[in-house]
Order: sequence, then structure tokens, then C-alpha cells
Amino acid sequence: MLCEDCHEREANVHLTQVVNDKKSVLNLCLECADKRGFSNPLKNVPFPLGDFLSSMVDSPRSDRTGQIQQITCLGCGLTFGEFSKYGRLGCGKCYEAFRTQLEQLLRKIHGSSRHCGKLPAGSPEKMVPLIEERKLQEELRRAVEEEKFELAAELRDRLKTVGIERH
Amino acid sequence: MFESLVRRPARWLEADGAEAAIVLSSRARLARNVANLHYPGKASSEMQARVKDFVRLALGNRGLLQTGTLFDSEPVSDIDRDFLIERHLISPEFMRDRQNRALFIQNDESVSIMINEEDHLRIQAFQSGLEIRSAMEKAEKVDSELGATLDYDYSKDYGFLTSCPTNVGTGLRASVLIHLPGLVLTNEIDGVITQISKVGLAVRGFYGEGTDVLGNLFQISNQTTLGRQEEDIISSLEDVTRQLISHEENARMTLIRDAGDEIKDKIWRAYGILKHARVLSSEEAMNLLSAVRLGVAMGILDMLPMRLVNEIMLLIQPAHLQKLLGEELGASDRDGRRADLVRERLMGR
Repeated sequence: MLCEDCHEREANVHLTQVVNDKKSVLNLCLECADKRGFSNPLKNVPFPLGDFLSSMVDSPRSDRTGQIQQITCLGCGLTFGEFSKYGRLGCGKCYEAFRTQLEQLLRKIHGSSRHCGKLPAGSPEKMVPLIEERKLQEELRRAVEEEKFELAAELRDRLKTVGIERH
Repeated sequence: MFESLVRRPARWLEADGAEAAIVLSSRARLARNVANLHYPGKASSEMQARVKDFVRLALGNRGLLQTGTLFDSEPVSDIDRDFLIERHLISPEFMRDRQNRALFIQNDESVSIMINEEDHLRIQAFQSGLEIRSAMEKAEKVDSELGATLDYDYSKDYGFLTSCPTNVGTGLRASVLIHLPGLVLTNEIDGVITQISKVGLAVRGFYGEGTDVLGNLFQISNQTTLGRQEEDIISSLEDVTRQLISHEENARMTLIRDAGDEIKDKIWRAYGILKHARVLSSEEAMNLLSAVRLGVAMGILDMLPMRLVNEIMLLIQPAHLQKLLGEELGASDRDGRRADLVRERLMGR
């Protein structure tokens, strides 16, 4: 089998990766594997995550996409274009700066864009409204599921108040 | 550096947890960032140094520095770095650039914390066997200790914020290192891998992301971190691992029933080669050890403890071998010394 990069030398490095039901096999010669950093597992350049992530965000097609690439995080100065290229965010504020684009990406990656796991171990006074809010959200979800719409409306109102208290 | 670690086997290879004949180890990793500071990839050197100071203070504050050691990564040599990777205490990416990075290792090696990897903190806990839950408990304990002092980057909508959106939410990557020679020999492995990836889990090689399979050892981990509770992530990995164990056990039974002589021959030959070979590449050694490990699990080589086989699998890795012998060796010298080491260990020396 010939190397998939140079198509000249015999491929003797075979890299297999399975992600999301897709198995990919890369057959390379030692030289090309080395160029990609794959020859020694300890020195390898992992899965090109930046490319993978940016391919999941809409590709640049219109002027609007050009504008999107220019959106800049005020926290760290990272542009959305840079994020698309490298697949890494620069600080916590990036999540707000690129919110619209990230929501779409998070749903593609995780099938969801909302956290429902643990809360941080922080100051108790900050946590109480957050825990209350989480509880109400859960009750609301159940009320909607069980078609108890009156209760749902009431819970929604209470959620709004808790949200204001928290901010 | 790390001389005391070299002399003793890694805790996660002791073969004393549940299902240790098939599952080598379990790991839970939490990604965390300190609020209001740029992530390591975007941070200035000064800001990275501040993160390191914050974490050192938090570790000291919570009494964790008494339970382990914090190492600066600048003085770590290439061999020491590879040694830590082989022991799974750090990721291959962690010390590619060593400036302003630090590593905390708990004395019993059951917890390590990478500081300034892709995220400010990567807390990892390890257990031998199928013990994802207890690994998670350990990681969470350290996480809460540090979280009591450090203000973590957290959002109500997205949970714990991380540099890469693939880790956001719980920040949890739970994984098991599992030995599946039966499924490989019966050619069922591809089908099983396809099934596993359908339920949101990823299958990777020995050293994790982007690495190849060695010695029929596979790493299975959760793929998604957002929109699920930690408990859900752990129990689904545990369920799938249990199913995998039962598939593997079935495959082993099929092999013994339909090709008993051949399989015993393969195992005894592997043992014979390992006991007498004078030159062994790490790939050949891993494949032979995989067959011997299968023999031990099936009671064919019942004179060998599983712990010893696990230990040899780690000690023959290039950096471990060089650390153990106390000298730097080229690949061809290593192959000879590797064969010596395997012979000695199998003879009980």
C-alpha cells in the first residue's frame, strides 16, 4: 500500500481513529508520518481538532460570514475567525462573544447546548438562587411533559423572579 | 527526576480493582479554568505564571501539598516527559512547550493535576480495574477542594467553561483502558467499535487521542460533556464497559471451544519467546504480552500474576526502560535491553 500523502513510498504507519461512528484510517510512510508528527505516539500531533471544529461551523460563503469571522471577544481579543482556525477559545468571555455561533456548534458536538451537571463549589449565597433556578427548571420541564400548563405558567413566572434575584 | 516513581509500579496497574482481568484501569478527568484569566493558549507568560501561583496557593491552602508534590515543568527532560506520558500522568500535549506549566502528583499516584495544559487545570484520578465511580470520587474531591479557593470559570448555560468547546459543561472525560484480544482474534472488534461509537463513546489507542492501538489495549471514553449529568456519563460508560466485558468473555469462550489447541499454542509460544528472546521491539513485546495476559486471564498461564504482566507492559515502554537502566539508549540498544528486562522479570528477578 502506498503512502496517502506522498503516493511514492510504502505506507508503514497506520493510524485508526473512531469518532462519532466514523472510522478513519490513515496510511502513511515513516517520512510523511513524521511530518505530521505521527511516527512516535509520544510526539504525535493529535487529531486536527481545529479543522474538525471549523468544518462544523458554517463555511465562509457570504459577506455576512466574513463579518462573523471578524467578531472579536472583548475579554481576550480572539476573533471568531481565529477560533474557527484553531478550535480553541481564549477566555470565558468568548462564550458570550461568539454565543450565536457556539450554540449551533455545541448542539452539533454534544446534541445539547445547556449544562445540567454539577454546580461549582462556590460561596453559598451565590449558589442558593442557582440551585433554586435549576430545581424550578426541572419542575417546569416535568409540568410541560405532563401537560400541566397552569402549573407550568406559574413556574415560568417564578423562574423569571429567581433569574432577576440572581443577577 | 521522578526516581521514586520508577522503582514502583503505577498504582493503576495493580490489577486489584473489579474486572481487572479485562479492564486495566479507569480514569476520570475534569477540565477547569480560573475565572477572569485568559486560557493558557491565549495567556501571556505573566498570566500563565499567575495561574500557576494561584493553583500553588490553593493546593497549599487546602492541605493538598502535604499529600503530593508539585513539579515545575521547565527542568523536566525529554525522557522524564515521555516517562510521565507512559505512566498516563500527563497528556502527550502537556509538555510540548514546558514554560509555565506545572504538574501535581499525589504520593500514591492516584491523582495528577496538569496546570496550564489546554485549560488552567486538568484534574485526573486513576484506579485499577473497572472503578470509574471511585476514580470520579477522587477527582471530585480534589476539584471541590480547589474550587473552594479558586473561582472557577462557570456559566449557568454552559457549565464549566473550557478552551475547547468539546470539553465544556461537566468538563468530564471518563475512560477505561480495556484489553480485548478475544474480540480482535475473532475479528469482531470492528463491529463492536462501530456499536460503541453509536452510543456517544470514542475508542482510542493506548495513549489516548490520536494514538494507535498497542497490545490489543483500547481506551473507551465519553464523547460529549454538555447536556448530561456527570452520573449519566459515568453510568453509560460503565454499562457499555460491562457489555464489552461480556462480549470479550464470549469471544474467549468461542476461541477455546473452536480453536482451543491453536489458542493455547499461541499463548505458550508468546510466553516462550518472551522468556528467551534476545531482541524485542516494543511493538512485538506488547503483542506477545497481550497473548500472555490473555493466557493469565484464562487460567492457562496460572503461575503468572496479572500484576506482573501489567507491570512489564509499562516497564518495556521506551522512557521507562531508559529510566530504569539509568541511561539514554538508541532504539536498537533498547530492543536488546528490553528483551533482557522481560526475561529477568518473567524469571522472577
